[in-house]
Amino acid sequence: MLTLTPEELTAIGLSLKVASWAMLASLPLAVAVALVLGRCRFFGRAILNALVLLPLVLPPVVTGYGLLLLFGRNGLIGHWLAENLGLVFAFRWTGAALAAAVMGFPLMVRAIQLSVEGLDRGLEQAASTLGANRFLVFLTVTLPLIAPGIIAGAILCFARAMGEFGATITFVSNIPGETQTLPTLIYSLTQVPGGDAAALRLTLISVTISLTALFASEAVARHIGERVKRQ
Amino acid sequence: MSIAFQAKGMIGDLTLDIAFQSEGRLTALFGPSGAGKSTIVNIIAGLLRPKQAKVTVDGTVLTDTAAGIGVPTHKRRIGYVFQEARLFPHLSVKGNLLYGRFFSGGDGRSLEEVTALLGLDHLLDRGVGRLSGGERQRVAIGRALLAAPRLLLLDEPLSSLDEARKQEVMPYLERIRDEAGLPIVYVSHSIAEVARLATSVVLVERGHVLAAGPASEILSRIDLAVAEEAETGALVEGRIAAHEAETGLTVLETPAGDLRVPRLNRPQGASVRARIRARDVMIATKKPQGLSALNILPGTVTEIGQPHGPVIEIALQCGEARLVARLTRHSVDALGLKPGRKIYAVVKSIAFDPEATTGAPDGKTAAKTAAAS
Repeated sequence: MLTLTPEELTAIGLSLKVASWAMLASLPLAVAVALVLGRCRFFGRAILNALVLLPLVLPPVVTGYGLLLLFGRNGLIGHWLAENLGLVFAFRWTGAALAAAVMGFPLMVRAIQLSVEGLDRGLEQAASTLGANRFLVFLTVTLPLIAPGIIAGAILCFARAMGEFGATITFVSNIPGETQTLPTLIYSLTQVPGGDAAALRLTLISVTISLTALFASEAVARHIGERVKRQ
Repeated sequence: MSIAFQAKGMIGDLTLDIAFQSEGRLTALFGPSGAGKSTIVNIIAGLLRPKQAKVTVDGTVLTDTAAGIGVPTHKRRIGYVFQEARLFPHLSVKGNLLYGRFFSGGDGRSLEEVTALLGLDHLLDRGVGRLSGGERQRVAIGRALLAAPRLLLLDEPLSSLDEARKQEVMPYLERIRDEAGLPIVYVSHSIAEVARLATSVVLVERGHVLAAGPASEILSRIDLAVAEEAETGALVEGRIAAHEAETGLTVLETPAGDLRVPRLNRPQGASVRARIRARDVMIATKKPQGLSALNILPGTVTEIGQPHGPVIEIALQCGEARLVARLTRHSVDALGLKPGRKIYAVVKSIAFDPEATTGAPDGKTAAKTAAAS
C-alpha cells in the first residue's frame, strides 16, 4: 500500500513542479493586478476584474480549450512564442503549468487584493514625507504590509494548481512523464480494471498535500498578520 | 525661519483662498474643524497639489504652479506628524525612528539626541503596537525630526489623546519649539494648545485667513471668531521676579505690571507665559480698597466689542500689554465704559491655574506673521 510505483512518483514530482512554477511565475503579475484592482478607479476596471475571475466561473474544459486555441502550436500566441522564444506549451509540462497558473490566478489576486484594500495609504504618505521615493515606499512599506495576503494567495494558488484537472487534460492531454500530474494519473487509474487501490493511495496523498498547503497558508498568514497588526 | 504660503482653488468641497507668511518659531493654524487647516499642511508637504499655489520655506521654493515647480514630497524634507501618528506597524520603535534618517543620508540629529529629547530611550526595542497614545505621538515626532527636516508640520497631534496624555506630550512640544531650531507649523482647533505653544497664529475659517500675527495679538482680539470660543483671553509673557516663601506666591514681571500667581516650579528669572482669560478679569473705575484680589492693574479701555446676548467683551491696554475682559452688558452700561476711559483691571491670583501658566519661548518672541494679500 505504501510503496509507490515509479510512474506514480513521477506524477507526484511533476505535480509539485507544475504547481510551484504556476505559483511563482504568476506571483508578480498577480501583485500588480491586485494593486491596480484594489486602488485604481478607471474605465475598463470592471472588464479587467471579469477577465481575472473568468477561469473561476468557466467550465475548466472551456478554459483548457481556450488555452489550446491561443497557446497551441498554431495558436495566435503559441505560434509566435515558439518561433521567437522557442517556448512551447502544447503537450509539455510547461503547458500544464500555464493551465494551473490560469486556474489559480483569480484566487491569488483576490487574496492579495483584500490586503491591498485593507492597507492604510496614510502609511505610504508618511513614508514619502520621510524621504522615500515611490519605489522604496513600495518596497519598505507596501510590500511588507500586504505580505500576509501575498503568502495566503500564493499557497491557495499552489493548492489549486495541485488539483488542476479539466483545463490541463484538455490543453496538454495526459502524457506519462510529461503532462501526467497527480489528478490526471488518478483519472487514468480509475479508467482501467484493477487500478482502484492505486487510485485510492494517490487520492490520500493528494488530500495530504492539499491540506498541508492550506494549514501552512493559514499559519503563515496568521503569524504575519499578528506581527503587522500589533499596533 | 520663514514660511510663505499661498493657494487658491477647490479642494474637495472646500473653496480655498489662503495666503500668509510667518517668521514665527511655532506658527499655529487655528480654526474650527473643516476650515482647511489640514489642507494647508498637506499642500506644504506636497501631498495635495492645487491648481494654483506657491509655497516657500526659508527661501526655497517647494511649490510654484505658475513657474511649473512642484518638488515631490520625498524630496521636500518636510517633517510631518499626523493626527493618528501613522507609525509603521511592521517596524519596531527604533525601526520607525531610523526610517527617515536612512533616506536623509544620516546627516542631522543623532538617534541618541532625539531619544533623549523625547524621552524614548526605554521604548526603542518595543513593537509599536505596545505603545500608549502619547508614546506613539512622541515616536512620530522623533521619526520626523530624524529625517532632517527643514520644517516640521504637526497636524492636531494631541487631538486623539485624552487630557492626561495631552499633558504628557505638551512639554516635549515646548522643548522641540525651543531646542530643535526649526520652524514648526502646528494645526489645532484647541485654544488651550495654541495659547500654550504658539508664537504666531494664523486664524483660518472656511478656507480663508481671518487674521494672522503674533499669538499675543491675535488671541486677544475681541472682534474675531476666537471670541466665540468661550475662552478668549490675553497672553502676557514675562519672567519670574521672585518666589515669596511666606505666601507661597510667585511674582511675575510682565508688560502689564507685576502679577502675583500661585507658586511656579521654575527658577527665578525664567521666562513664563501666562494666559489671562477674559472671564477672570474684573473692571473697577476707581482703585479698589479692601479687596481680596492681589492683582490690580491700571489701564485704559481701548475697544468695546459686539454684544453676544447679555455678554460683551472689552479690550484693555494695561501698561504694554493688551488684556481682554468679559463683562455683562449691564455692567458696561452701569460703569459707563467707553474707549479711552481709565480703569483698573482686577485679576485673582487663583485664576492662574497651572493650565494658564507655562514656559515661554526663549529669545525673541515678537515674531512677524502676517496675512499676505
